[in-house]
Amino acid sequence: MSLSLDIQLKKVSKVYQEGDTIAGAIVIESPNNVKHDGLTLSIEGAVNLRLSPKNVGYIEAFYNSAKPVQLVSYFVEVAGPGKIPSGKTEIPFEAVLKPLTNRTLYETYHGVYITVQYTLRCDLKRNFLNKDLFKEIEFFVENKPKEYAPPKPMEFSISPASLQNAHKNYIPSFKIVGHLNSTVCSVNKPFTGQLTVEHCESSIKSVELQLVRVETCGCAEGYARDPTEIQNIQIGEGNVATGLAIPIYMIFPRLFTSATLCTTNFKIEFEVNLVVVFHDDHLITENFPITLVRY
Amino acid sequence: MSSKQSGPSYKWVCRIHDVYKDKHSLPSQTTSDHPLKSAIIERKLSHTPSAKVTNNVSDSTTIVEPLGVSLDGSDPLSSFAKLTYDPLSKIAADECVDELDEDSNEPGEVEGMEPWSVRRREILRRFTTSEKLTMVTFLLGGEKVTVKTPTSQIKNRLEQLDDFEEDSEYREADLTQKEYMARIELMHEDLLTAWQQDQKVTALKIIIQCLKLLVDTSVIQFYPSKFVLISDILDTFGELVYERLHSKSKCIVPGRDFGKPLPPKFTPDMVPESAKETCRNWFYKIASIRELVPRLYVEAALLKSYSFIKQNEQGPALLRLCRMVRGIGDPLVAAYTRCYLCRVASSLNCASQNFLKENICDFIASYNQLFNKIVRLDLAHQRVPVPEYLMLFPPAVDWMFQGYVFNASDKILDEVLAQCKVKINNSLCFVYSGLLINAMLATFRSSYIAKHALQFFELISACSDEGFPQYLLLKQFGVCLNQCEPENSAEILSDVWLKVAQIKDSQNYLCVAEVWAEFISKHFASEEINSFLGDVVDHLMGKKECKENYDYLQSILKIILTHASDFYSLFSMNNLIPYLDLFKSDSTKVSLCKMILVEFSHRKNLILNDLVVINSFMFICRVLHDSVNALSIEDEKRQISNLLSCFIQRVDMGKKFEEQLSFYVNARAAFTNLDLVQTSLVQCVIRLACETHLIMKGNHSSRTASFVKACIAYCFITIPSISLEAFGVLTQLKLYLLTGQVALLNQCLGQADACLKAALSLVPKFPTSFIIDNVSKSSEPFLISYFCDFLSTLLVVPDNAEQEVLFLTRELIKTLRKYPWENELSRSYLYLYALDMLSTCVQVSYPYHVKNVDSNDVYYGSHSKFIKEVNWICSVILEEILAVLKAFAQPDKLRLQHELAAALLHRMVVRADLRDESVLTLCVNLIGLIKKTRSAASPNTYAISRIQDYLKWKTRKLPEISSENVYHLLSVKLKEAIKS
Repeated sequence: MSLSLDIQLKKVSKVYQEGDTIAGAIVIESPNNVKHDGLTLSIEGAVNLRLSPKNVGYIEAFYNSAKPVQLVSYFVEVAGPGKIPSGKTEIPFEAVLKPLTNRTLYETYHGVYITVQYTLRCDLKRNFLNKDLFKEIEFFVENKPKEYAPPKPMEFSISPASLQNAHKNYIPSFKIVGHLNSTVCSVNKPFTGQLTVEHCESSIKSVELQLVRVETCGCAEGYARDPTEIQNIQIGEGNVATGLAIPIYMIFPRLFTSATLCTTNFKIEFEVNLVVVFHDDHLITENFPITLVRY
Repeated sequence: MSSKQSGPSYKWVCRIHDVYKDKHSLPSQTTSDHPLKSAIIERKLSHTPSAKVTNNVSDSTTIVEPLGVSLDGSDPLSSFAKLTYDPLSKIAADECVDELDEDSNEPGEVEGMEPWSVRRREILRRFTTSEKLTMVTFLLGGEKVTVKTPTSQIKNRLEQLDDFEEDSEYREADLTQKEYMARIELMHEDLLTAWQQDQKVTALKIIIQCLKLLVDTSVIQFYPSKFVLISDILDTFGELVYERLHSKSKCIVPGRDFGKPLPPKFTPDMVPESAKETCRNWFYKIASIRELVPRLYVEAALLKSYSFIKQNEQGPALLRLCRMVRGIGDPLVAAYTRCYLCRVASSLNCASQNFLKENICDFIASYNQLFNKIVRLDLAHQRVPVPEYLMLFPPAVDWMFQGYVFNASDKILDEVLAQCKVKINNSLCFVYSGLLINAMLATFRSSYIAKHALQFFELISACSDEGFPQYLLLKQFGVCLNQCEPENSAEILSDVWLKVAQIKDSQNYLCVAEVWAEFISKHFASEEINSFLGDVVDHLMGKKECKENYDYLQSILKIILTHASDFYSLFSMNNLIPYLDLFKSDSTKVSLCKMILVEFSHRKNLILNDLVVINSFMFICRVLHDSVNALSIEDEKRQISNLLSCFIQRVDMGKKFEEQLSFYVNARAAFTNLDLVQTSLVQCVIRLACETHLIMKGNHSSRTASFVKACIAYCFITIPSISLEAFGVLTQLKLYLLTGQVALLNQCLGQADACLKAALSLVPKFPTSFIIDNVSKSSEPFLISYFCDFLSTLLVVPDNAEQEVLFLTRELIKTLRKYPWENELSRSYLYLYALDMLSTCVQVSYPYHVKNVDSNDVYYGSHSKFIKEVNWICSVILEEILAVLKAFAQPDKLRLQHELAAALLHRMVVRADLRDESVLTLCVNLIGLIKKTRSAASPNTYAISRIQDYLKWKTRKLPEISSENVYHLLSVKLKEAIKS
């Protein structure tokens, strides 16, 4: 067994809020005494923005990605050059999670063009004969729960008449009604509602819920708005029964969703598409913008 | 026998003794207790469960049953009974436990409910296909799961994901059912392998792939079996996840590093954060499964693991899953999904009434899905008729219903019924309502169905065969009503039967008839049973016969036989024989007849006296009798004979003796092939004669006398027809003797003579050995005892005036002289017995008589000529014995000589007149012989001492002539002979 370096956090879920203390230990295991040139620990948090090739072209997108916005940055030297005894060494640490001045902590979010990521990094420097060792782990930041937001229910009714940009000739007659329990949703609560196929001329193949993120980046050329799919959940399989309310139920995936975020130079918003696929593979989509909050 | 001229060298003179003088009574005393009583009480005491069991035995001063002592006061059988379990039920209980261990994921089953394991087997058996199946899978025959050294966990998982994307879907067509099942089994193994190698993502992928197969309804006939197989894998998966989480979450005990395992009933607070996090991850992971059906099933399978993160979460989750099922369009897939939810719910004991109710309501609400366009097209495409399609539902639907309505109140049942009715009355559903009705019939309490029988019948009769087969509904209806009788059973029966009679297909018809046979035979008189049988006969007349039909017919008859209250009148029904005639093949007919007779023989108190019934039985018996041929095995013959005999013995015409006899005559003619039956016929007729005797109190009128003669004639004629094989001769001999005795009893002297003579003439044919249990045994003991019996009968048989004195006895002696005895002593002993009988013959009054028959004592009145004749016969016999005695004078036969001499001396001392010189001389000589051969005597014989005792007693009794007392003399001599 060779030398190993690890960071262990006390909190298993690795989820922290602003002001929380990140407590843990650096664990070094080694079969023999190790000389080193210093052990450092850093906490980094940043928003990475990437331009969509749709707006600026591939090459530009590659080079012109906006500069990351640093949110948190700590650096501490845990130990100066010295020796680590053989066996298991645990060095505990604690750090209060605080943003840099004039910055706010955003929730952890992994998107296509926008990423908000927080990491803990531990470096073990060694002399030129040996490779330096490092260990990086991600931890997650969540907003402090806000006060309970009143739900905003929403009724909907889809029929050929309600459709936009479609050739009315090809559309079979149908009517789907339903409601969403709220368009303002808590991230950690499921998205709920129900729909009823009242009648449908053609047979249905599938009813799906598509969760979409809409990322908007501000840059020199203006705003770029890009909707991309996060996940697609089937709620109706085959020719579903008419007149029977089918539940709409979806759990927001972690990491890929965060509270809806609007800042000066980027926005993270979410939408849900209700997709009905007919047997002949024609599909109709109804779009519901939703606001995600954390309470 | 030696010629008269030469004359015997020794003479036998019978002693005629005074009966009153010789008679002496044994010492006796009055008792207040039965000598065995104490032992009985003791046995009872030992059964009381006190600790005194052993004391009882040791304390007792009274007689203790030797068997009881050795067993410590309890017999082995009752000691078993003392155990709470008998060994068999203990084994059964153990097995139960084993089974529980195996199916430990189903603890929530209520007693009385059909367990899933049973249904599982049933589904696999019933739903099979010969069609080719297609499987879409990402695994190439299971070779994909390979061991990878986990470099880093994330990397490993990513690699796994990549693997599946490379060869995302792989289509295997043209699989037979067996291959298909093997593939599923392979997936099961892959799942386990993946799990063991810590490839959780792979495991989940495999599960999702499996579940995708459940969406596919091609080869629809196989779907239920597919469901069962895949749900098995799913169960395994759920269990694996649960176990894993359970092992991860060692209970946190403050102050200790190592936690201990969670207690059986744990709360989420006891689960460590890390395990909770893992559990949450699982649920996040499965929540993102794209397809509805796999997502639903996996969550259901993992439902148990909710207990790690949140208490009481399972109930609401189940309800949510239940609603999600509404999104499944295919009715079959939806029904089985609901069934799976019910199973999970019952295994977790979290099946709330709400859930169960909603499950059923949703099912009923979405019932129209069953016949939407897509399903119809699919069925047409697969060429599956609608009834067959509907038959795929009951396993799942019944299970669903069962969970809700089992032990439910009437109110709930009312609700369900009302809902179903609404649905059924919906014009669309009309044709297809059978499935719902079937589910209700199969799961509702039978008492409820009985109460609402007419309602249910209306529902059933409205169904058509286009949908769910109506005959199955009628059958199920019958099953319910068999368990609980409705109030207006007559009305229901007539209504139902109108429907049943319309069923065209004979197998379907019989299938229903079988169930209703029980109903009819339980609740109705023979009239209805008769018309039922008639209907069955009408229905099957001229139809092509087949094996299954026979099975049904047989079973129907069996049901009627077991349940009919009036067994007797069954056989006066005019449709029974035509019913039996439906069986064209002999073997089935025979087994059926046998069944009837066996059932009859179980009904112990049944007596047959009606001619019609007897004729029906005769018909049945004749079928059985005629089935016996040269090839029949012995056991079969015996079985049939016993059944037939049982029937014959049950026929009782009461006082109509002549009819009874004529029945026996008919029976004899009908059952000529079976010796045992002939034997029991003879016995019956003999009994008949005896009964006549009893009624007339021994004094026959001319009519009864001739009747009795007819009886005896019957026997006399019948006996020779019994074959002489095996025990035949012995049977014949015994029957002859019995008939002779009964003839004598009824003062038919000529007939008695004839019988006895016939018996004697049969003796030479007596086999020398019998084969009993495959071991050959000498037959002589049987013959000896037979002769003894014969001799004692002969004593009271008066001589025929046309024959010489004691003609029959002479015949007997001649016979036994000629018979080739194997044991040299046998003949001599029989001679001695003859001497006994002959010496009794000359007494003034015989020790026993037959009422109204004058024996030889009256007949000859102790005439000196008669006595002389008897003495002469005795002397001849004596000479025979002496000849044997002489022949024994060889060193190796001395023991026999000794024994015979002692026996003869005994007879002489007791029976012969010792005052006669010749007799006395012989006695003295015999004592001499005994003395000579004493060395060879076996040490344990008491013969000599018994003679001694007798002589002493005689000496004491006659003191007045003691000086010249021959008894004293012999006694002294004998004493000397033994002493020296």
